[in-house]
Amino acid sequence: MKEISDLNFPEDVKYTKDHEWSKSCGDIVTIGLSDYAQDQLGEIVFVELPEVGDSFSQGDEFGSVESVKAVSEVYIPISGEIVGINEDLEDAPELVNEDCYEGGWIIKIKPEDPSQLDDLMDKAAYLNMLKG
Amino acid sequence: MNKQPGTRGLIFNEPQLWEKSREGRCAVSLPKADVERAEIAPHLMGDAPGLPQLSELDVVRHYTRLSQWNFGVDSGMYPLGSCTMKYNPKTNEVQAARQGFAGAHPLAGKEFSQGALKLMYDLEQALGEITGFPAVTLQPAAGAHGELAGMLMIHAYHAKKGKQRSKIIIPDTAHGTNPASASLCGYESVNIKSGEKGILEPATVAAVMDEDTAGIMITNPNTLGLFEENIREICDIVHAKGGLVYGDGANMNAIMGIVKPGDLGIDVLHLNLHKTFSTPHGGGGPGSGPVSVVKELIPFLPVPRIEKNRDGKDLSSYKFVTDCPDSIGRLHTFYGHFGVMIKAYSYILSMGGKGLREASQLAVLNANYIKESLKGTLNLPYDRPCMHECVFNDKYQQENHITTMDMAKRLLDYGFHPPTIYFPLVVDAAFMVEPTETESKEDIDQFIDAVKAIAKEAKLDPEKLKKAPLLTKVTRLDEVTAARKPCLRG
Repeated sequence: MKEISDLNFPEDVKYTKDHEWSKSCGDIVTIGLSDYAQDQLGEIVFVELPEVGDSFSQGDEFGSVESVKAVSEVYIPISGEIVGINEDLEDAPELVNEDCYEGGWIIKIKPEDPSQLDDLMDKAAYLNMLKG
Repeated sequence: MNKQPGTRGLIFNEPQLWEKSREGRCAVSLPKADVERAEIAPHLMGDAPGLPQLSELDVVRHYTRLSQWNFGVDSGMYPLGSCTMKYNPKTNEVQAARQGFAGAHPLAGKEFSQGALKLMYDLEQALGEITGFPAVTLQPAAGAHGELAGMLMIHAYHAKKGKQRSKIIIPDTAHGTNPASASLCGYESVNIKSGEKGILEPATVAAVMDEDTAGIMITNPNTLGLFEENIREICDIVHAKGGLVYGDGANMNAIMGIVKPGDLGIDVLHLNLHKTFSTPHGGGGPGSGPVSVVKELIPFLPVPRIEKNRDGKDLSSYKFVTDCPDSIGRLHTFYGHFGVMIKAYSYILSMGGKGLREASQLAVLNANYIKESLKGTLNLPYDRPCMHECVFNDKYQQENHITTMDMAKRLLDYGFHPPTIYFPLVVDAAFMVEPTETESKEDIDQFIDAVKAIAKEAKLDPEKLKKAPLLTKVTRLDEVTAARKPCLRG
């Protein structure tokens, strides 16, 4: 596992305490796992995705990520309806390890209330939490 | 350092039986039929099943060679934490193989089964005495099944009281199967954290215990190998709100003859005969998970139950009874895994009360000896006297990027079965050692030396550890590719 200073945390996404990130673009929010989460999990071997059209409330479990170490649930940072899932992860779950903020995104949602994004942490707050 | 048991010997390759098969080769000569040939109706005829064709020697060599790849407690130390892989005295196998037991059949009827019934009855009495409870069922097939039986009884108890409850408290140091057993009974798990000392704080339990909570499931000693010292106070808190206490007795090997869980306020407890009471396990063979209960829960025990009447001397003295209207019902065909019960009974009788107590004392002593000997070599997150097992992690090795996994794999090269790793989850990258009472000081010292040598290698030659094991028939497996692209057909 890497030191926190060796991990990558972009400024333009918001973070949750469960280590998901959310990035807003127009009226769509893309969601994935942070660099810290993928590093802690180790090599990811399977990603369980929801179906397009499913709706979840903030904090609901929407899928799971299985690594050689453990199976971990992933929680939705804000309420919304699934409008896209990253189908590339079915054959290449390692994308979450290799490129967690771009090619390794997990879902796209249409948020119910975009202002819920304000509840999430920015990079500085997330780093503070990680350093405890 | 003394010589280690691990070495590279002649390791056989062995193909599958199919590959050795040759048309017409045969291992048996059947005697000539001494009865008239009977024709089989054509609609019952079909192609013979495809079976490998082999000589007797082919078969003997095949299995003998495969057995050389095996590692068990009969070949070396097997310090698999949480599993109690102790040596099982061979006398227990001899008793279980006696013709009267081996040839018994559960449909033979009670007049032909008095000995088997008496053994089960007496075993229930002995386990009741060891655990401190008035009644025991031997039916559950293994530990998690025992948990389910216990939780079903707790569920039935609340139902009988007229108000079902919806939640169960489960600490982070409980066995992983506990929440599953509770969920199967429809309860929602309320997870609580152990305190700084690695044991439960009464205030944590009091904060969540309410009149909608059916009870708590406590593993004691817990999965950190620590004794829950506040157990009585915790039981009082749960009882005061009308809840019951489920005790996971899988770690009973630490306290036999020293503490009776029934005296601590626990209401229902399961045991793992295949761990504590000496049956070979770990290969998926049958286990046995008897459950002990307090007086209030006796009506809910599974049926059938065994009863003894009169003086115990005639052919109807011991019998099964099923007339128990509040029972949770039948949990297993017949009365559970009888072979395991014979071994447990033989073990208890041959050890005696004093012997069982000494076994627990030695199990605890051995674990503490390892804890003290290795605590400078490996990080020990909870530095307190432990029970039958101790939990380290890889914190000191992280600077060389060596993980618990690497060290566990390397132990294979030194001739030891690795300990349990990455469990319990309360310790990050746990390395959990349970030596059991049956290892000698010499063997334990050899294990300690091996771990110290590996820690040294972690500093001097970390790349070697990353490739370990190097001496085994199969070296480091590519678990990632196996999981990402599983090949499920030969």
